[in-house]
Amino acid sequence: MYVYDSYDQRIVEDRVKQFRDQTRRYLAGELSDEEFRPLRLQNGLYIQRYAPMLRIAVPYGLLSSRQVRKLAQIARDYDKGYAHISTRQNVQLNWPDLEDVPDILAELATVQMHAIQTSGNCIRNTTTDQFAGVARDEVIDPRPWCELIRQWSTFHPEFAHLPRKFKIAVNGAAQDRAAIEVHDIGLEAVKNAAGELGFRVSVGGGLGRTPIVGSFINEFLPWQHLLSYLEAIIRVYNRYGRRDNKFKARIKILVKALTPEVFAERVDAEWTHLKDGPTTLDDAEVQRVAQFFVDPDYRALVDENERLEGLDREHPGFARWRSRNVVLHKKPGYAAVTLSLKPTGVAPGDVTDKQLDVIADLADRYSFGEVRNSHNQNIILADVEQQSLFDLWNELRENGFASPNIGLLTDMICCPGGDFCSLANAKSIPVAESIQRRFDNLDYLFDLGDIDLNISGCMNACGHHHVGHIGILGVDKKGQEFYQVSLGGSSARDASLGQILGPSFAQDDMPDVIGKVIDVYVERRTEEERFIDTFRRIGIDPFKERVYAANH
Amino acid sequence: MQRIIKNDQVVDESWHLLPKDADLATLSNSDDVIVPLSLWLEHGHALRARDGGLGVWLDAGEEIEEIAEQLDRFQVIALNFPVFTDGRHFSTARLLRERYGYKGEVRAIGDVLRDQLFFMKRCGFDAYAVRPDRDPYDALQSLQDFSDSYQAAADQPLPLFRRRNA
Repeated sequence: MYVYDSYDQRIVEDRVKQFRDQTRRYLAGELSDEEFRPLRLQNGLYIQRYAPMLRIAVPYGLLSSRQVRKLAQIARDYDKGYAHISTRQNVQLNWPDLEDVPDILAELATVQMHAIQTSGNCIRNTTTDQFAGVARDEVIDPRPWCELIRQWSTFHPEFAHLPRKFKIAVNGAAQDRAAIEVHDIGLEAVKNAAGELGFRVSVGGGLGRTPIVGSFINEFLPWQHLLSYLEAIIRVYNRYGRRDNKFKARIKILVKALTPEVFAERVDAEWTHLKDGPTTLDDAEVQRVAQFFVDPDYRALVDENERLEGLDREHPGFARWRSRNVVLHKKPGYAAVTLSLKPTGVAPGDVTDKQLDVIADLADRYSFGEVRNSHNQNIILADVEQQSLFDLWNELRENGFASPNIGLLTDMICCPGGDFCSLANAKSIPVAESIQRRFDNLDYLFDLGDIDLNISGCMNACGHHHVGHIGILGVDKKGQEFYQVSLGGSSARDASLGQILGPSFAQDDMPDVIGKVIDVYVERRTEEERFIDTFRRIGIDPFKERVYAANH
Repeated sequence: MQRIIKNDQVVDESWHLLPKDADLATLSNSDDVIVPLSLWLEHGHALRARDGGLGVWLDAGEEIEEIAEQLDRFQVIALNFPVFTDGRHFSTARLLRERYGYKGEVRAIGDVLRDQLFFMKRCGFDAYAVRPDRDPYDALQSLQDFSDSYQAAADQPLPLFRRRNA
């Protein structure tokens, strides 16, 4: 992974010093709440329901074991002993004291980490495929490009006060695991007929209050021009995006108002001036960054199919785990393993300090000392030897990471919700748990197959409910918490937004409602048909009829 | 008298910033004035005939393209921040310096606070009328917040990658 040089380190340390002074001035009354707000947000610090929440940046989800240990120590020393993996592959602490945040940032800086631009109206953490660099369907490793974007976007002087937050995602594989079409800018690394590298550029996707799938405005942007083109897009947005209404301030609203075609023309007009300027990338820089992402010292191994199948027969639990939590690796004899952070009874994405220490240790012993956070709120060991899978599985079981549910109904994406977040209209964690309890039969879960169930506690959509095959949104009805269900969303390459099923439900009814939705799927599916495909074939009406039938 | 930051120093302000509804009749002939864009667009000819110095100021929604052809008429171009979180004029300042090659003073006015100064400087501002209730000497310190930056901008024509690989 990328390693800071003295420049990177100094910039992060300068930031710690700057924020320490800003915090001091705030506590001394020299900065008002209003004035401090954007400053703290651009360091990931929210003032939450019970305590501040600190969002720590994990650039494109990559962490070294040393960094994971530091996070464990911080969770222990400054928090209540746990942390939360967010849908932007970042790490959140829910209970730090405001006064301690400068010290936390100083600790993070010792392991090349920070909380820069993890919130606020600026360019946020660039995200990508959790299997970047190891996926078999990968065309181009997106990580060097993510790092180039990270550096360019870090303290970009022109874009610190955009109309609204700004999110960029990069995909380099056949399958889109980075959900690029629901980002402000989505980049897909592609090769043209001549074999040259470039990017397809989507703009104006996003979730939140007005969910929109992005529009591709450039089918092939040569890699040299990546940063100047991004600068052109964001300059147009900075100048012309709406600032009168924060609910209409995302770039998607501007793109829609202008139409994607006209927006693209504006970007091109701006880019004409920036193209071929000093921000144009060159081979030297791309090589410098790419060398941090070359393959680790893989051993020459062969796939262990027979041996693993033998183990499968002896240990059905291992077989189940392997079928859901282990994916193919580009190198023979290796596998990528997802540690499920979704056991029933634990808030999705939560890990304790002790578990983080275990993860660091497992990473050192099994996976070249690195892990990745996924936007699905799990943690991945990306380079595990297949011959170690059985040992690893046993260790994961001891530590609560072996729930064989990756991609299944109980592997939910879920925001912290009303238990923590001051924006939320409703709790999300108890709803997730009640559904997990309802679907606690593993055989049944396996039979249901791939289903994305996403829960957001409010329309800010941190739980990505619009793109869940089943989406749940917490709403406030006269002071009561209710839940709206939508069906048919997808964040994959065929991205689509869910359709609302109908009137919302009380919390207690939610397991039954989801139960009925699943019943319709089970009755109507053809063999091997995934939930999303059945939905797309039969439409929303059969689900609607079933779910609301009892109420009338 | 207000004190402002100019070229990294606190100095006495000598220019008069005219309000949006200023009219020509009340202008003295010899004062140095910064006029609102609308006054310039309407009375450019008369304003140029005065003896005093001339500057123009743009509100956050006003576009520099309107006066791109006339920039050499102004000693000062002031860009207004109605609230410090309105970032539009960060782009304007870069356009002034990097696209139009403007060499005069680019001044930040309005809700100008010390924590924005470092980025303003990078975008090409060289004068800051820090909000009157704040100490400009304190604000001066923030111009040194960072020892280096990744991007090319008005203050640094080369991005870090072109310098660190050199």
